[in-house]
Parts: sequence; C-alpha cells; structure tokens
Amino acid sequence: MNWKRAFIAVLIGAPLIALFAYGFSRDPAAIPSPLPGHDAPAFALTVFAPGEPPLMRPAGDTIRLADLAGKVSVVNFWASWCGPCRAEHAALSETARHYAGRPAQFIGVLYNDRPAPATRWIAEMGGQSYPAVTDNESRTAIDYGVYGVPETFIVDATGRIAYKHVGPISAEVLRQWIDSLLPKAAAGDTTPRALLR
Amino acid sequence: MKLATLATVAVVTAALRVASPAHAQGVEARSRPGTAAAPSDSALEARTTAVAATLRCPVCQGESIQDSPSELAKQMRAVVRDRLRSGETPDQVKAYFVSRYGEWILLEPTMTGLNILLYVLPVVLVIGGLALVAFLVRRWTASNSTPV
Repeated sequence: MNWKRAFIAVLIGAPLIALFAYGFSRDPAAIPSPLPGHDAPAFALTVFAPGEPPLMRPAGDTIRLADLAGKVSVVNFWASWCGPCRAEHAALSETARHYAGRPAQFIGVLYNDRPAPATRWIAEMGGQSYPAVTDNESRTAIDYGVYGVPETFIVDATGRIAYKHVGPISAEVLRQWIDSLLPKAAAGDTTPRALLR
Repeated sequence: MKLATLATVAVVTAALRVASPAHAQGVEARSRPGTAAAPSDSALEARTTAVAATLRCPVCQGESIQDSPSELAKQMRAVVRDRLRSGETPDQVKAYFVSRYGEWILLEPTMTGLNILLYVLPVVLVIGGLALVAFLVRRWTASNSTPV
C-alpha cells in the first residue's frame, strides 16, 4: 500500500518538478523574436551623430535599409539612459572600425531618447566610429519588434535578418556573425550557432 | 443520491461559464471615450482602443498597450491608429504585431495547435475533479451505511 502511494506521488510529482525546472530556468521577460530568417523591415532614418572617418556620414543624411544592400549590416538599438549599452559600446565601435573598408556597415538607432543627451553620451564614452540615427516615435524599433535596449540585429547582404541579439553584444559574437555572412568567408567553417549553444 | 448528481451537474455548468477565458479581456468594458471631437475620429479612436486592448505591452507585466502608460505602449497605440486609418482591418493590424513580436504580443492566445490545451485543460480538470469527488463521496456514504 505504501509503495503504491509512493509510486503515485512520484508519478504526479516528477512531471511537475520537471515543468517547474523548465519554467524557472527561463527568463520570463524574454520575448522570442519571429524576425530572424525574414527580410529586415525597411527604414529611412536621419543621422544625428556622424561617427568618425572612414565610417562617418554627415549629420542630417538619411540612411535607408536599401542603401545597405550588398553589405552585412549591424543595426544596434540603444539609448543614453540604458546602462547595459555602456557595456557593449566599445565592442561595437571597435568591431565597426575593424571591418572598415569591407562590405559591412554599422548603424546605431536611438531608442526613446533625444539627440542632445545621446551626443553627450557618445562623447563621454570616447566617441563612436559609426553613425547614429534618430527613430521618430519608435516606428523602426516597433517594426523590428524591439522591447528594450540594447538589441542588435545582424542583416545579411541580401537584406535578410540573420540574427537578433538581446542585451549587450560582444566583439566575438559580432565577428563570428559578420565573418560568416561576408561573401569571402563563405568557405569558412566556423558556425556562429555553435558559439551560442 | 439523485440529488447529489443533480448538484454535481449544476456545479459543472457554473464552472464551465467561469472557466471560459474569452471574458478575461473584455473589450467593451475598457473602451475609453476618445478625446477627438469629430465623429469619425472618435470612431477610429474606439477601434484603436479595441485593438490596443488585445495587444500585450512588451515592457509591462501582463498589461495591454491600451492600459499601459509607458512610452513604447503609447507609440504602439499610434501605430495601431495609423494602420487602422490607412484602411487595415483589426486582424491585419494584429497580424503585423505578431509578425514583429511573435504570438507573445497577443494577450489572448489563438485557439490553434497546443494552445487549445489552455482552453480545454481547465474544463477537463474541473470535470475530472468533480467526478472524483462524487465517486469518493458515494463510496464513503455507501461504506458508512452498510455496517449499520
């Protein structure tokens, strides 16, 4: 009788514990994105921070997604009020400089912030190699399913979103993805997915 | 004995009504009068509110973009309004948000695939539980009456 009860208790308890173990090991705030594998939403955004040569674009210029065709694009959503954005800034700025002259383009999209504090933030961080643009009323951010900052999208040369990164991105992840998407690295055998489990 | 089964049936039907999840986010209950003056504007505002009440705010905890005062929710409401104004149907607007944020964005899961379990399982469990209670009570009363 006792063995039977113990068996029933295990039969009911084990799946519950497994369910909780699965549930508690997940981040409840994470929103799985349906975008990777699909075409990147089009945008036309105005530069407010030009960046530094050779990647600079004059302030007031419009950067369109269509202009980035044929290049691997890194679209980074950020804000000056965003703490984790500080952690990834150097990785983004240096990696952008590293790929200067190759078909790779970095762009910083300002999220729910104003150009003035954002420009001060860039100066405070020691500059930024690539241009930053404003996103009026977060239209582009919503198009990209952004729900916080930082979020980074890596778009391949055909305009398809290859990868979405939530939270601070590292130079290693950036390089893995860009190398795997650049035309001449087609023979390379490093798969970025392996790096991300 | 007959009375007990009758009572069980009554409880089950009452539970079924309560369990129906469609009432969780009633749209008509939360419509707020639009601030606009023109009748066409207030009609658009009402439609915006109806759609916004079905979309989950990404930066909140279980709140619709209609109820949230957050900046992103406000901006998403503006997107809903613009898309409705440009002639999209409420379903098309919702499909747009699903294509960007995934099905997560819908406060009420669609009744497809595994989601059906969400709707069916509570009902099944309530009926099963009541059946179990009825069975146990019956057995208990039967074993109590026989020795006497």
